[in-house]
Amino acid sequence: MSPDDATRQDPAAGPRSGEGVDVGRRAFLKAAAMGAAAIAAVAGGCGPRAEEFLQKNFRELSPAELARVLARLEEEYARKYEKKVNVSATGALPGTVFGYGLDLSRCVGCRRCVYACARENNTSRAPQTHWIRVLQVPREKGVDLSEANAYYDPPAVPEERFAYLPVACQQCRKPPCVKVCPVKATWQEPDGVVVVDYNWCIGCRCCMAACPYGARRFNWAEPSLPAAEVNPDTHYLGNRPRMKGVVEKCTFCLQRVRQGRYPACVEICPVGARKFGNLLDEKSELRVLLREKRVLVLKEDLGTEPKFFYFYGT
Amino acid sequence: MTRTYRATEEPMLPPASSLAILLLLFFGMGLLALASVMLGRSEGDGEGESASVAHGPAEFSALLEEDFTRGLDIAAREGEYRVPPPPFSEGIFPCSDCHTGAGEGDAKRRALEAAHTEIRLEHGGEDRWCLDCHDLRERDKLRLANGTLVPFEESYRLCGQCHGDKYRDWRSGIHGKRTGYWNGPKRYLLCAHCHNPHSPRFKPIRPLPPPVSPSHQARPAAGVAAETGGGS
Ligand code: HEC
Ligand code: HEC
Ligand code: HEC
Ligand code: HEC
Repeated sequence: MSPDDATRQDPAAGPRSGEGVDVGRRAFLKAAAMGAAAIAAVAGGCGPRAEEFLQKNFRELSPAELARVLARLEEEYARKYEKKVNVSATGALPGTVFGYGLDLSRCVGCRRCVYACARENNTSRAPQTHWIRVLQVPREKGVDLSEANAYYDPPAVPEERFAYLPVACQQCRKPPCVKVCPVKATWQEPDGVVVVDYNWCIGCRCCMAACPYGARRFNWAEPSLPAAEVNPDTHYLGNRPRMKGVVEKCTFCLQRVRQGRYPACVEICPVGARKFGNLLDEKSELRVLLREKRVLVLKEDLGTEPKFFYFYGT
Repeated sequence: MTRTYRATEEPMLPPASSLAILLLLFFGMGLLALASVMLGRSEGDGEGESASVAHGPAEFSALLEEDFTRGLDIAAREGEYRVPPPPFSEGIFPCSDCHTGAGEGDAKRRALEAAHTEIRLEHGGEDRWCLDCHDLRERDKLRLANGTLVPFEESYRLCGQCHGDKYRDWRSGIHGKRTGYWNGPKRYLLCAHCHNPHSPRFKPIRPLPPPVSPSHQARPAAGVAAETGGGS
């Protein structure tokens, strides 16, 4: 599979050849899923429509099929939330590989990013799904996660004794999660963002077990999202509302960054600890900090090669 | 970072092996789940009281609802920057409303009584005085060490005199904050938007509530489910 094949860069291109696609596997899985759906339909009295089950993997959809899928989703969301929800499938911008920098000497652990992310990305409110988890670590420990606590709640932050380490998907260049997915429902886009095709995900959670950063979330129950709070600017591979039984995670706000905007967490951070940009661009603030600051990645020894860099701006 | 990026080139798994892996995993996961139930979870350790409530972003919309691209034109050329106006208290500017120039010229260090009593100088030592930064006569401007007067919109030049390293980082986007478009027009904040020049240390703030701990993760309440159209 060529890099271009991994995404929908050119909607005018012809249908995918289906190279490397194993129809037998798909047929098997779909048959199994249909069986399960039939059971669910009997038990629950409702079930997804046939089209949804017959949908191909995002990467194999022809432009016409993709257009139909997007239209179907928009229609479904409009019915469910009683408002217009846009579902785009904008491809990676040419010549971009996104990277992220987080200044550990600035972060105060205020969690603005956590909630701005939830709001932007339509994550479930109850059960509560957060893509960002801010860890409080004793200062003298450095970046040692053995005493990390995500549930701190003092009246004010930062507290002298602690440093704060926000963790979300590290957007690895060698993502173990992608490797283990038995159905290729998650992959790395040409701009380096690891995405999930929620419609293709079978919910086996192999990727969650494989992720050394605990960055993936599973929808154990039907996600709840009050209609009034739905962010209607969505991306198929990003923040469109999800369903029960699928895995999700940070996508660097795919729906925003492919339009040139900054991720929501970058914009909300009151201390300016969060940096975002194109790793291929010499002049981006990210390249500057990689050149000039003390930089680290989490669990470097695992060889996952994150594109999420922690640094000390001091 | 000279390495260029290539999409993964893994072939898709053949059917038999994927089936086998799936089966293995289902069993594995089942066992894991069982084990975690039997052993109890350790994740909730150290959680505060509020870790039992699922707070949503709507509760903090006043803090979160900000459109940072407002007023920026994406079509504008790259490298265009905008700065929000200096964060003056209401009614304080222009300073020349009170500081008319006439009869001024008291450069003496003193405790201010007639005005600005709320200003506490906590900025690098005892000898700091207003006139290190403000001009004795032209109050509507700031004053650099060499006598140059600069408008409040360019207060960073003042700060840059004594904080050269931070100033450089700020100019390259590493210190401080840029919003807008990563590949287009941006807005950046002045030092004074984050640091009170008189007492620049960042003031502690109230954190938003912690996440719900796993032991308190609940299924959606009936009310919420109904409101959102439930399970479609
Ligand atoms: C380190 C440099 C510095 C020193 C010292 C300093 N100021 Fe300022 N001051 C500034 C800057 C910069 C601003 C502009 C803040 C802004 O952009 O809103 C300012 C703003 C002000 C304002 C407007 C504040 C407001 O509420 O909007 C007043 C009044 C003022 N200074 C008075 C004083 C007085 C009186 C002193 C001495 C007791 C003093 N300053 C010392 C740099 C300084
Ligand atoms: C409401 C009227 C008023 C406004 C508006 C005002 N000032 Fe003043 N300011 C005063 C008075 C009165 C004093 C003298 C205080 C004293 O001597 O106790 C003073 C004193 C000062 C001093 C210190 C003493 C000195 O004489 O050098 C500085 C510096 C100063 N003002 C700066 C500013 C700046 C900068 C602004 C605008 C951002 C500003 N002031 C706006 C009334 C005002
Ligand atoms: C005349 C020199 C001078 C100017 C002008 C100046 N500073 Fe400072 N600043 C200092 C000194 C000295 C310190 C103390 C350094 C230290 O403690 O290491 C300091 C400390 C600070 C600190 C750290 C405070 C702390 O307690 O951690 C900040 C933030 C800061 N300045 C911001 C600013 C900003 C913003 C401006 C412009 C409005 C500014 N400074 C202008 C001299 C200056
Ligand atoms: C987006 C907010 C933001 C902006 C804009 C900003 N800073 Fe800061 N700055 C911070 C935070 C947060 C810290 C760390 C908190 C602290 O220790 O007070 C900090 C720390 C500092 C320090 C202390 C460094 C240290 O070692 O602790 C200095 C000096 C400083 N800033 C100067 C500046 C100057 C000069 C500018 C403008 C050119 C500027 N800052 C712009 C947020 C900001």
